[in-house]
Amino acid sequence: MKLFQVTGAAVLNTIERLGRAALFLYEILGNSWTLARRFYLVIQQVFAVGVFTLPIVLVSGLFVGMVLGLQGYNTLVKFGSAQSLGLLVALSLLRELGPVVTALLFAGRAGSALTAEIGLMKATEQLAGMEMMAVNPVMRVIAPRFLAGVISMPLLAAMFSAIGILGGHLVGVGLLGVDSGAFWSQMQDGVDFREDVMNGVIKSVVFGVVVTWIAVFEGYDAVPNSEGVSRATNHTVVYSSLAVLGLDFIMTALMLGEV
Amino acid sequence: MTNRKTVEVWVGIFVAAGVFALGVLAFRVGNLTTTDVENGYRVEARFENVGSLKVRSAITLAGVRVGRVAAIRSDPDTYQAVVVLNIDGRYKNLPADTSASILTSGLLGEQYIELEPGGAEEHLKEGSRIKLTQSAMVLEKLVGRLLTSFIDKPADNKK
Repeated sequence: MKLFQVTGAAVLNTIERLGRAALFLYEILGNSWTLARRFYLVIQQVFAVGVFTLPIVLVSGLFVGMVLGLQGYNTLVKFGSAQSLGLLVALSLLRELGPVVTALLFAGRAGSALTAEIGLMKATEQLAGMEMMAVNPVMRVIAPRFLAGVISMPLLAAMFSAIGILGGHLVGVGLLGVDSGAFWSQMQDGVDFREDVMNGVIKSVVFGVVVTWIAVFEGYDAVPNSEGVSRATNHTVVYSSLAVLGLDFIMTALMLGEV
Repeated sequence: MTNRKTVEVWVGIFVAAGVFALGVLAFRVGNLTTTDVENGYRVEARFENVGSLKVRSAITLAGVRVGRVAAIRSDPDTYQAVVVLNIDGRYKNLPADTSASILTSGLLGEQYIELEPGGAEEHLKEGSRIKLTQSAMVLEKLVGRLLTSFIDKPADNKK
């Protein structure tokens, strides 16, 4: 009997939290349009969320691209098609690694910071204070951060892919001696704008929404004490990483249209 | 807090860099600049076997790309493959008896259609049909034919 009760409570709790998260997203979106008049709030958050994540994204992108160049070359050279290295690097980055790795880094770097910040605001009763002053905290604090995350993610993913291709070029052409012309022409021949570039952008927008949503919700819903904030931060990273990887599979399956 | 101007400058740089990266991906990496077949016209060609020809495969004339494959379907009556070719409007003066053959770039590369102009006075128009076609070379069949010819020969010599 106890077992059933525990299971039931856990399930109900999860469903309740999901419901609250959905209502919260609805509230954020409902409050977003008022930010058109105070867009500086969003710009400030893009600075905090996007610009500070840029260095880690650029450095990881460069290294991921370089590793792809090395690994790809060693496999392709066995089939005598090392010329296709550019295509391999570009497709892996644009379709998968760009959006996914950027989203994981974004969850670790920006998502956790957002949760901690909002959770701490709640713990120190700043959010309650705002409500006392008739300022809607969702509109003033949450919505700008959410929008900033959604705006930053595709930009970061695009930069990740671009610098990754540069890294692949650096290793492939500079180090391993693939012909530079073949590298670019094979890439341009095989990469389709709508199929590959735009699908990557769509993925990164979805990941941006999901990661930022989880981050602000965990912060807003945190138990208002130091332990609660630390747990919420932890949850943000774990849940958003899982959500990103799971959604990536679903979206890839839908985009390739083979399931 | 950092002052307003610094924030705005950095965000400006960030957004500009992001948009620039997207532009690079679209134009330098992707083929947004080269995909378009401008006001093309469509002609039909029938093949016994299209091999691994795909929609959007290249159509070339003397090695220069002049169009892309628009559709491939099967004709239930003749059991042939019907390929719809979308040829760029700039190449309107192809003779009506132009022939089309499916070739492979490199040994195992992608397949494409090569057009060879004939000598007719009339030109290909929207909806006309290319009558002279040569099907794709299927490697397995070729190898099979080669093997049977090898096996047959010694037998012939003994007799």
